[in-house]
Amino acid sequence: MTKLRKLPKVYLTFVFIILYAPIFYLIFYSFNSGGTMSHFESMTFEHYAAVFEDKRLIIILINTIVIALLSALIATTIGVLGALTIAFMKNRSMRNAVLSLNNILIVSPDVIIGASFLILFTIVGVKLGFASVLISHIAFSIPIVVIMVLPKLQEMSPSLIDAAVDLGASKRDVLMRVVIPYIKPGILAGFFLALTYSLDDFAVTFFVTGNGFSTLSVEIYSMARAGITLTINALSGLIFLVTIVLVVGYYAINRKSKTPFAGVRK
Amino acid sequence: MNNKKTSFSFSSVPYILWIALFVIVPIALVVRYSFFDLSGHFTFNNYQSFFSSIYFKLTINSFWYAFLITFFSLVFAYPTAYFLTKTKHKQLWLLLIIIPSWINLLLKTYAFIGLFGLYGPINAFLKMIGIGEHQLLFTDFSFVFVAVYIFIPFMILPIFNSLDKLNPALIDAARDLGAGAWTTFRRVILPLTMNGVKSGIQVVFIPSLSLFMITRLIAGNKVMTLGTAIEQQFLVTQNWGMGSTIAVFLILFMFIIMWFTGQKEKGGTKR
Repeated sequence: MTKLRKLPKVYLTFVFIILYAPIFYLIFYSFNSGGTMSHFESMTFEHYAAVFEDKRLIIILINTIVIALLSALIATTIGVLGALTIAFMKNRSMRNAVLSLNNILIVSPDVIIGASFLILFTIVGVKLGFASVLISHIAFSIPIVVIMVLPKLQEMSPSLIDAAVDLGASKRDVLMRVVIPYIKPGILAGFFLALTYSLDDFAVTFFVTGNGFSTLSVEIYSMARAGITLTINALSGLIFLVTIVLVVGYYAINRKSKTPFAGVRK
Repeated sequence: MNNKKTSFSFSSVPYILWIALFVIVPIALVVRYSFFDLSGHFTFNNYQSFFSSIYFKLTINSFWYAFLITFFSLVFAYPTAYFLTKTKHKQLWLLLIIIPSWINLLLKTYAFIGLFGLYGPINAFLKMIGIGEHQLLFTDFSFVFVAVYIFIPFMILPIFNSLDKLNPALIDAARDLGAGAWTTFRRVILPLTMNGVKSGIQVVFIPSLSLFMITRLIAGNKVMTLGTAIEQQFLVTQNWGMGSTIAVFLILFMFIIMWFTGQKEKGGTKR
């Protein structure tokens, strides 16, 4: 019996070591004064200093955060409206059709989204740069917000709305004071996922970004193609910290709302 | 009830517009562009060259790698998910599995450039146990390994969810009726968690077909997938017609895979 119980522990430990080793490896060498990822010379913070001294990198960092916040905010707004649209659709086959269309962008490979948006922006005449990246991020975050909000709307009892209407609430009141508060956990979860989608995206941005504009992922890609720079390691140390904060925030919301994890990433 | 319907119809305009502009139009544009050559003339040449030996080999290659990545993800993810459901604080452990998937993809891939490097720790270890140094980077092995590493949380998640929903009484019943551990797994647990496995396969296989970042950074230019081909046609060669043709096939493959791994829906509500 003890043998059976031991195996899962050993296996899980092994999985966790493999999952976390590369991340801690990166962070460990961010303190290396040697300049490589193979030989640790001595402890230094110079690479962290380099991150903060590099004006270009700071601008890229700000770009990335602005894009993430703006796109998550707008995508959440449109996504909530979309979820309401789907939830109140009477025609079932129509609703399924809209849901399928909604899910296409979630399943589509990033390369397809990137390439097709590139064609779209070129035809419409949107200049590649901040605007095109922002619009793409909004576009691919909307369906995930819908997926997070919709179950909340479906589990809401229709009698809640009927009761509000009977008590004399206007349509606006019903929406703002009954429906929105009820689905708020779903909205927050959707917002957080949209945020992480945007922060994490590389492929779509890579396609639709022009010469002058760059986000962190694209910048790391071009730096990594050039070889090993410990500035990237220092960056990953910082990003790891931010991620932990985000995860804890997301987890806190999720616990309250009991929405199961749906963080399907491409 | 009718009033309510009209009250929400105006607010649905942005969402409907989004579907039209960013779901339907882009796919239509890709299909349209696949019929044009470099100088903008209508042609079927792109389709002809797709069926030539180069692209045929590329597609087979792509599917083979995607299959390997999905297979190894599944083989390692299922036991992990199963053991996770047996732990005490399973939600917390699950969260710990998910955290790495929230770290920027590029950074994780970059870590492997160092780890697998000629002077990296893996080679140091191999040297220590007497196998000697090997060129690990820019090989098929490193490509599949890194891809599995990146995708495995997305395989664990749906399997964990379906295992977690499994009624333990069913397992007890199977045991009581005399089924051994393996029979219980094969005849009871696995069929009942098939939906989780299917959605896991879906979220791993489709992106694996179209990887291009990991291929470029880890496999050099040795591994070509449909993704790298599209990226190259669009951003390097600037041959949007050919790129779109490959994209059309990738979309087709995507629908086929979705159809195979799709769940049977009941009552029109989708989870």
